[in-house]
Amino acid sequence: MADHQTATYSSDIAHGDASHEEHTPPFFKRWFWSTNHKDIGTLYLIFAILAGVIGGAMSGLMRAELMNPGVTFLTGFTDQSLPVAAQLDAAKNFYNVLITYHGLIMIFFMVMPALIGGFGNWFVPIMIGAPDMAFPRMNNISFWLYGASAALLTLSMFAPGYGDQLGFGGGWVMYPPMSVSGSPGPAMDLLIVSLHLAGASSILGAINFITTIFNMRAPGMTLHKMPLFAWSVLITAFLLVLSLPVLAGAITMLLTDRMFSTSFFNPAEGGDPILYQHLFWFFGHPEVYILILPGFGIISHIVSTFSKKPIFGYLGMAYAMVAIGFVGFIVWAHHMYTVGLSVDMKAYFVAATMVIAVPTGVKIFSWIATMWGGSIEFKTPMLWAVGFIFLFTVGGVTGVVLANAGIDHVLHDTYYVVAHFHYVLSLGAVFAIFAGWYYWFEKMFGIKYSEFWGALHFWVMFIGVNVIFFPQHFLGLQGMPRRYIDYPDAFALWNQVSTWGYAITLVAMAIFLIAMADAFLRRRKATVTENGWGNPWGEGATTLEWTLPSPPPFHQFNELPKMK
Amino acid sequence: MDTQKASEDVLNKNRNTAVKVVCVVAAMLALSFASVPLYKIFCQITGFDGTTKRADFAPGTVLDRKITIRFDATTAKDLPWDFKPGQVSQELHLGETGLAYYTSENLSDQPIIGSATYNVQPAKVGEYFRKIACFCFTEQLLEPGQKVDMPMTFFIDPEMVHDKSLDDVTTVTISYTFYRNDKAEAEKLAALAE
Repeated sequence: MADHQTATYSSDIAHGDASHEEHTPPFFKRWFWSTNHKDIGTLYLIFAILAGVIGGAMSGLMRAELMNPGVTFLTGFTDQSLPVAAQLDAAKNFYNVLITYHGLIMIFFMVMPALIGGFGNWFVPIMIGAPDMAFPRMNNISFWLYGASAALLTLSMFAPGYGDQLGFGGGWVMYPPMSVSGSPGPAMDLLIVSLHLAGASSILGAINFITTIFNMRAPGMTLHKMPLFAWSVLITAFLLVLSLPVLAGAITMLLTDRMFSTSFFNPAEGGDPILYQHLFWFFGHPEVYILILPGFGIISHIVSTFSKKPIFGYLGMAYAMVAIGFVGFIVWAHHMYTVGLSVDMKAYFVAATMVIAVPTGVKIFSWIATMWGGSIEFKTPMLWAVGFIFLFTVGGVTGVVLANAGIDHVLHDTYYVVAHFHYVLSLGAVFAIFAGWYYWFEKMFGIKYSEFWGALHFWVMFIGVNVIFFPQHFLGLQGMPRRYIDYPDAFALWNQVSTWGYAITLVAMAIFLIAMADAFLRRRKATVTENGWGNPWGEGATTLEWTLPSPPPFHQFNELPKMK
Repeated sequence: MDTQKASEDVLNKNRNTAVKVVCVVAAMLALSFASVPLYKIFCQITGFDGTTKRADFAPGTVLDRKITIRFDATTAKDLPWDFKPGQVSQELHLGETGLAYYTSENLSDQPIIGSATYNVQPAKVGEYFRKIACFCFTEQLLEPGQKVDMPMTFFIDPEMVHDKSLDDVTTVTISYTFYRNDKAEAEKLAALAE
């Protein structure tokens, strides 16, 4: 994002487009049969917010249960007419179901739709100067497949899993034999089909992004001039295309093992459950980069905008993401150090995993170098972006610790791992989502949010999530295993602190809702610059979306902008 | 006119790109299923994850180094058999052929077919643990109350001394798990009914 990004296109594009604005279709056609990338982006964002509220409520139930030792809270959600032992069993199953669906919802139905479907749909076509996505109707199919997938996931939570216990409780990784013979009810089958649909949706979306970015860039917009967010979505789309079919294959094998008596993962008939873990993590590790890469792109834009400097080392930033994506495919077994890999194999996976710290370090230091000497303005998006860099670095450092097979044998499946991946995902990816939300809020909706409420939201959330997850490092180092409803009294203190952290985060979410209510009710007018551009951020905001009015017209770039 | 041609060009390009990406998706899906046989071959060649190797005859060379072999037996929950090793442990020289017994007894009042799987611990020994004859993966039919001895002959490849990562190994555990083979049982019953 160097000088090539400065506005070299004629300012009458915006005016030329404005005349088309009134051609928006009627409500039902606009939102249900939508083929407009901005409307579909908005739908994805709404979907992600709803999923985030549900997934967040689930973590609230878990934290409430874990606040004190003993199974005390979730029994309240069971059939009170049952004997106490049966109530305890039902509560334990409910806890397992909560951890499983919390993970699945947050990954597949919150972060992915928000970053890729939401911001990706909204801003990739605009940033590369395209009128829309390459396949607008396929874009619509992608979104509604997500709807079907979410419906099946919801059904699965209320279908029998094991005996008369509802839902599947084997964790988001769905390892056999728990997901085959251990959970014979229809809950798991519904879950498998739900993930098939979510996967199909993401693959169609990825095809759309790759095609759009390769073929529909405005004249003069070469790949090496393309904004970093578009780069990040392009790389993410490739990761999706390469990894999701493997997940689809693995869960199809689970399905045939369950329904058609194949034995891919059944050792009694010559199968191997470890093979599932290899397949799953061949998908699962790229998946975590799928969740974070678009966030990297957003953070680059924000840091550059509010430092009023072009991003430091643009090409290095783009190719660091390519490197992370590539290496991300050859490190999967670091999730399975304890399955009996040979020492040599572990040595390879340790080394390969640690290599990822190099391109990631390039990104972190380039963000800092972008800020260095810049004229920094701590508007709300910048607060979130700097918060992201801090939290992601903490998570990255614990990741390097866990990359060591020797240490991982001790920390595998403890709360240390939980703290690690929540620092990079729950705090990293989610902070990037909020950063993007505030950064583009005025652009998307044509109204201003309040800087006071936005900043307050950031600070309370920053404190809250750190109080939740930092103590979990201590719990993990002391040996508390993850995925259990109960724990010995020795772990009570930090669990209690962690739950208080959740309460603080809940307040932060309330502040977020207040901030949104304030913005949508007061409807403060969006900034319009002298040349008719909707750019509230000033000279630092150099990408094409800031040359359009806020909100952008229903169809933009009927005349393609020319980049010099 | 020009713009129309240009937009047709874009449509064609888009279609080509989409077709290519769909091919990548199909290839990855195919690869995920191809991984099943590939993984099996990989395990057999490398002895990965405690997969033991087969051999037709003993190696001939016998070394001084001794290894304690321990025997372990596990029975799946739905198999009403008493399955146990005939000996707790044996001491063998590297390269020496060992002979061991497991016994199983059908405790139920119906004929049952079971199949066993096995592996060795520590897993890194798998590559050097050679079986000449064993009862693994055969469909074992036991009549009600029937008790059988099941022999296995094996040796530890003397090549193991050249592998430094195995210098610490003094004990190897071979573990068998017997499962009920529902499929073979159903076939057998069907055959009897005819």
